[in-house]
Amino acid sequence: MHSEAALREPLILGHKTYHDITNDIVGPIENKAPRGWYILTTIAGLIACYGIGCILYLFSKGIGTWGLNKTVDWAWDITNFVWWVGIGHAGTLISAVLLLFRQKWRMAINRSAEAMTIFAVIMAATFPLIHMGRLWLAYWVFPLPNQFGSLWVNFNSPLLWDVFAISTYFSVSLVFWYIGLIPDFATIRDRLTKPSWKKAYSILSFGWTGNAKAWTRFEEVSLVLAGIATPLVFSVHSVVSMDFATSVVPGWHTTIFPPYFVSGAVFSGFAMVLTLLLVMRKVMHLEAYITVKHVEYMNIVIIVTGSIVGVAYITELFVSWYSGVEYESYAFINRATGPYWWSYWAMMTCNVISPQLFWVKSWRRNLTFTFFMSLVVNTGMWFERFVIIVTSLHRDYVPSSWTMFHPSWVDVGIFIGTIGIFFTLYLLFARYFPVLALNELKSILKITGESYKAEAAKQHHH
Amino acid sequence: MANKVIYAVYDDPEVLKGAARKLVTSGVKVKDVYSPFPVHGLDPIIGITRTRLGIASFMFGITGTSLALLGFWYFMISDWPMNIGGKPNWTLYHNLPAFVPVMFEFTVFCAAHGMAITYLIRNKTLPGMPARNPDPRSTDDKFVMEVRTEDNHGHSAEQITGMLRETPVFEINEREY
Repeated sequence: MHSEAALREPLILGHKTYHDITNDIVGPIENKAPRGWYILTTIAGLIACYGIGCILYLFSKGIGTWGLNKTVDWAWDITNFVWWVGIGHAGTLISAVLLLFRQKWRMAINRSAEAMTIFAVIMAATFPLIHMGRLWLAYWVFPLPNQFGSLWVNFNSPLLWDVFAISTYFSVSLVFWYIGLIPDFATIRDRLTKPSWKKAYSILSFGWTGNAKAWTRFEEVSLVLAGIATPLVFSVHSVVSMDFATSVVPGWHTTIFPPYFVSGAVFSGFAMVLTLLLVMRKVMHLEAYITVKHVEYMNIVIIVTGSIVGVAYITELFVSWYSGVEYESYAFINRATGPYWWSYWAMMTCNVISPQLFWVKSWRRNLTFTFFMSLVVNTGMWFERFVIIVTSLHRDYVPSSWTMFHPSWVDVGIFIGTIGIFFTLYLLFARYFPVLALNELKSILKITGESYKAEAAKQHHH
Repeated sequence: MANKVIYAVYDDPEVLKGAARKLVTSGVKVKDVYSPFPVHGLDPIIGITRTRLGIASFMFGITGTSLALLGFWYFMISDWPMNIGGKPNWTLYHNLPAFVPVMFEFTVFCAAHGMAITYLIRNKTLPGMPARNPDPRSTDDKFVMEVRTEDNHGHSAEQITGMLRETPVFEINEREY
C-alpha cells in the first residue's frame, strides 16, 4: 500500500476504524437532532420566510420598490448576485481542482463545500431572475424560436454567456455532488433499521452495490468530471466579470477583471466554507476529521487568493492613472475619496490587509481567530462588489445624472432573506445528508490516519 | 448439483487483495468484490477491464460543441443576422470569438451530463432500484469477495472454501441458488 511521509500531519486524528467513520458521520442522522439544530433552523427559516415575503412584495409592486434609479440601475441585486456566485466557487474548486492535484485534505471538506456551492448558486440565480421584474418571462433567456419575440437571444452578449455559464455550473456541480453522495447514501441505507427511513435512503442511493466495476466507473467519472469542472469553475466567474468588463463604464472596462474576479471568488468561497465548517465541526463533533491542519490549509488558500485580489486592486488603481484616461482616473479617485469612500476602505481593509495576518502561523491555526476572519472576508467581498457596481455607476458621464443609491427595506429584506434561505438549506443538509465523504475518508484512513501513521513510522525505525 | 455462491468477508482491503491474488493464481475465478470504497489495484487481479466512460464523455462533449456551433450559425448568421455595435454577424468565422464562451459551456454541459447518465445506466443505479449488495456490511467496513461454482468447474465448493480459509478471512458464507 502506498504510504505517506511521516512529516505530513495526519488528516484523521485518533484511532479510527472504518466502522468508526460510519458511526461518526451516520450517527447524527440516526439520532434525534440536538436542540440547537431546531433553534438555528427556526431562526434561519423565519428569516427565509421574511425574504420570500419581500420577494413576493417585489413581484406585486415592481422593481420601483428597490432603491435603484436611472443612473444606478444595478445595485444591491447584482452586488448580491456576484457575492453569492463568488461564494459558490469554493465547493467545486475544492472537489475538482484539489482532486486533480491529489490533495487528500479535500476529502473532509468537499461534501459540505459542494453543498454550500449549490445553495449559494441557487441564491445567486435568484437575483438576476427577480431583477427581470417579470419572472414569468424568464424563459426568454433561452434560445427559443421567433414566435416568442422577433429575435433570437444575442450570443454575442456576456449577459447571455452568463445564463449558460451559471446554469451549466449549477447543474454540473449538482451532478458531481450527487454522484459522490450515492455510495454514502447506500451506507446509510444499509445501516438504518427504521423502515420508512430505510426506504427514503434506499431511493436516494439508487440501488448502489459497490462492486468492483462500479467503483472503477465511479473513480473514472469523478476524475473526468473534475477535469471538465476545473475550467468550468474558472469560466463562470470570468464570464460574470465580463458582464462588467465589456461595458464602457469607467471602473468596469478593464481586462484584469476575469482573473481578479476568479481569485476573489475563491477567496470569498473559502471564507464561507470556513464560517460553516468551524461551526459544524464543533456542533457535530467532527474534530477528528476537520483538523486544525485542514483549517490551516484553507487559510493558506485565503492568503494566496487575498494577495492576488490585493495586487489586482492596486494594479487597477495604477492603470487608471497610467492610462491617462481622465474618466478612469476620476472613477478610482472617487472610489477612495468620494461619497462612498467608506465602502472602498471597508473593502481594502477586509480584503487586502486582513488576510495578511494569516502569515502568522499561530493565528492561522487559531480557530476563533479564523472564524472571525472568515466573517471579515465575507463582509469585505460584499463591499468589493458594492464598490465596483454602485460607485462606478453613481457618477455618470453626464454630471446632471449624478446621484446616490439608497437601499430600500425591500433591497435589504431580500438580501437578508437569501442568507436565511441559504442557512435553512445548509442546516437541512447537515441534518439529513452525510456531511463528510465517507467512502473517500475510508480510502485515506490507513494512509493518513494518526494511529496508522504512527504505526508505519514505528515499523520504519525497526 | 446446485450451484453455490461463496462470499468471503474480509476486513482489510490489502488482505482481500492478497487473497484474491492467491485464488486467481490457483485458477479460481473471482466473480466480484463489494467494498465500501474503491480498492486500488484490485481490478487487474480479478480481471476487470478499464471503463470506457472517458471516451463516452469525449463523444458527448464534441456532440455539444457541434450542436453549439450549428446553433450559432443558424440563430446568429443564417436566420436573423444582428448588427450589434457596428459589428455585423456576417460569417460564423468572423464572429467565432464571441461564441467561444457559450460553446465551451455547452461542451461541458453535454460531456458532464452525458457521462453522468451513462454512468448511472451502466451501473444500474437509478432511482427506485433495490439494493443488490450481498451483505449490508459491505458499505460499512467489510470487503466481500464473491466466488461462484458455476464459473469454476475445475474446483469444488469445498476446495474453494478451503483455499479461502488459508487466507486471513473474517467470515465465509455459502449459499445455494
